[in-house]
Amino acid sequence: MQTTHGIGGVEPAVHVRGLVKRYGDLTAVDGIDLDITPGETFGFLGPNGAGKSTTISILCTLARPTEGAARVAGHDVVTERDEVRRHIGLVFQDTTLDQYLTAERNLRFHAELYGVPKDVLDARLRKVLEMVGLWERRSSKVQNFSGGMKRRLEIARGLLHSPRVLFLDEPTVGLDPQTRLSIWGYIDELRQSENITIFLTTHYMDEAENCDRIAIMDAGRVIALDTPVGLKASIGTDTIRLRTADDLAAAGLLRDRFGLEPTADPEGLTVNVADGEAFVPTLVTGLGLAVTSISVSRPTLDDVFLSYTGRTIRDAETGPGMVNPFAQSRR
Amino acid sequence: MTTTTPPPSEAPEAADRPVVPVLVAHAGLRRDLQAVKVVMHRELIRFAQDRLRFLSALVQPVLFLFVLGTGLSSLTDRSTGDVDLQTFMYPGIMATSTMFTAVFAAVSIVWDREFGFLREMLVAPVRRSSIILGKALGGALVATLQSVVILLLAPVVGVSMTPVLALIILGEVFLLSFTLTSLGLVVVARIQQIQTVMGIMQMVVLPLSFLSGALYPVTDLPSWLTFLVKINPVTYAVNPVRTAAFSRVDASPAALDALNPPLTWWGWEVPILLQLGLVAVLGVVFLRVAVRQFKTVE
Repeated sequence: MQTTHGIGGVEPAVHVRGLVKRYGDLTAVDGIDLDITPGETFGFLGPNGAGKSTTISILCTLARPTEGAARVAGHDVVTERDEVRRHIGLVFQDTTLDQYLTAERNLRFHAELYGVPKDVLDARLRKVLEMVGLWERRSSKVQNFSGGMKRRLEIARGLLHSPRVLFLDEPTVGLDPQTRLSIWGYIDELRQSENITIFLTTHYMDEAENCDRIAIMDAGRVIALDTPVGLKASIGTDTIRLRTADDLAAAGLLRDRFGLEPTADPEGLTVNVADGEAFVPTLVTGLGLAVTSISVSRPTLDDVFLSYTGRTIRDAETGPGMVNPFAQSRR
Repeated sequence: MTTTTPPPSEAPEAADRPVVPVLVAHAGLRRDLQAVKVVMHRELIRFAQDRLRFLSALVQPVLFLFVLGTGLSSLTDRSTGDVDLQTFMYPGIMATSTMFTAVFAAVSIVWDREFGFLREMLVAPVRRSSIILGKALGGALVATLQSVVILLLAPVVGVSMTPVLALIILGEVFLLSFTLTSLGLVVVARIQQIQTVMGIMQMVVLPLSFLSGALYPVTDLPSWLTFLVKINPVTYAVNPVRTAAFSRVDASPAALDALNPPLTWWGWEVPILLQLGLVAVLGVVFLRVAVRQFKTVE
């Protein structure tokens, strides 16, 4: 476990120890430890109700922890609330824009609330609005904006005061695939140009892949934390699917010659091996049967989630009374 | 805001990049005052954009004065002496319609909550009290601006307005609006839905205006009513406005005295400044309660 100054002597952008949040009988966050390096893009992955948003609320000083401690940009979230707020930018799941005001007016109010110096404001305003492609639309009222434009405007506003840590709570939920892609474009641009730490929550597996590191959350706990590659490696095996002239015979050969446990279905055979790509030549030459097709797939984050929680994120989402967010986002 | 080194592909090495300074001023009194100004400014912009709201707020006082006032005056000719009923009602109506605007300014914070902007304000590195104070002052300012239009009706109802009198009345109206917006903020602090709030506000505003002496003189009332009128804070704002307006009404002293009787506590005439002071103190108390409420809710 790392101490406050653990990573190469640099203070973590986010430092969390033993964080617990209870609402009555419900334990929303159940003992979390985290250290996020400055400049890192860190993803919280988990189904709705896993405790992601509660953790973010605590880190943003919007909720008080029941137990434990958290520091953001070197400041305690309970005792140095205003210092934390000075150093963070926030983009919430639900819009927090004034719909009746123009995009530029929304940003200017934000700048005044945060006390952005007047001499740098105009340049900064232009920079963030251009980044999200809304400079031309700055004089339009927000109520005329599409969902994607509003989200982009909120990202611009969250960056206006040059925060050290940008919190994005489900930044792409409910947006069409194209807008999701462009929002990830801004996030990439940001981490290249501003040395900003990005802390985001998502329940989209494909988006979590873009993070430097991912914490998988379930039922208030972090059950796995690593790079996307590391997480996939942790569950070990690649999957090889093959079809042969005689699947039944091939299954027997796989068992006898390679000591594998193939599973058969009408589509062919499936075996799990540690390094699939390296194994393919051995398999094809060693099998002694004509192989008609073969494919190797690496584990996905879905597989990772499944192996850690015993269910897929979809199952976790579509529990009683839950709406499947994947179904929603396709519309 | 620019980096000199090429961005590393792996973030854990990113600490080498130059740190961009945060563009946020340190917390402090100046920041808080700035926040008060921002919130007020927003109220004014919203008011200026909403012409319909401005017009609709005029309908009520005009109805009261010229429809109800004219209609009822056929009943009351004898009792008001040589003063028109409209003249008598004018200061009270000014106060009442201000009350509505002021309280509805507080309601806007429920809209802000519903549409999320409240959150944007509450997460800023400023004191929560400065956001609430900005809201109260903004609401009071909007209500006062609206009463300027009612002020222009003064000559029609027989009050000869002077610049000084206008300033006095506007000052008193501002104080009343501030206190009522603050009261409104206390009431709405825990309310999440706009539908709930409208009904509750009617329940608050109507009794306060009916029991304030805005629509009838507070002499010779049954003792239960006298009691309610005298514990109603709005009474202590309506009375100064009427006293100011009646200083410029041309009528016999007897009639003026009957229609604008001095406000007394157990026979002691309460000075106007004390009345206004009471309203101001109460406004500050309401504001503090509202701040505490918002602290526990959000």
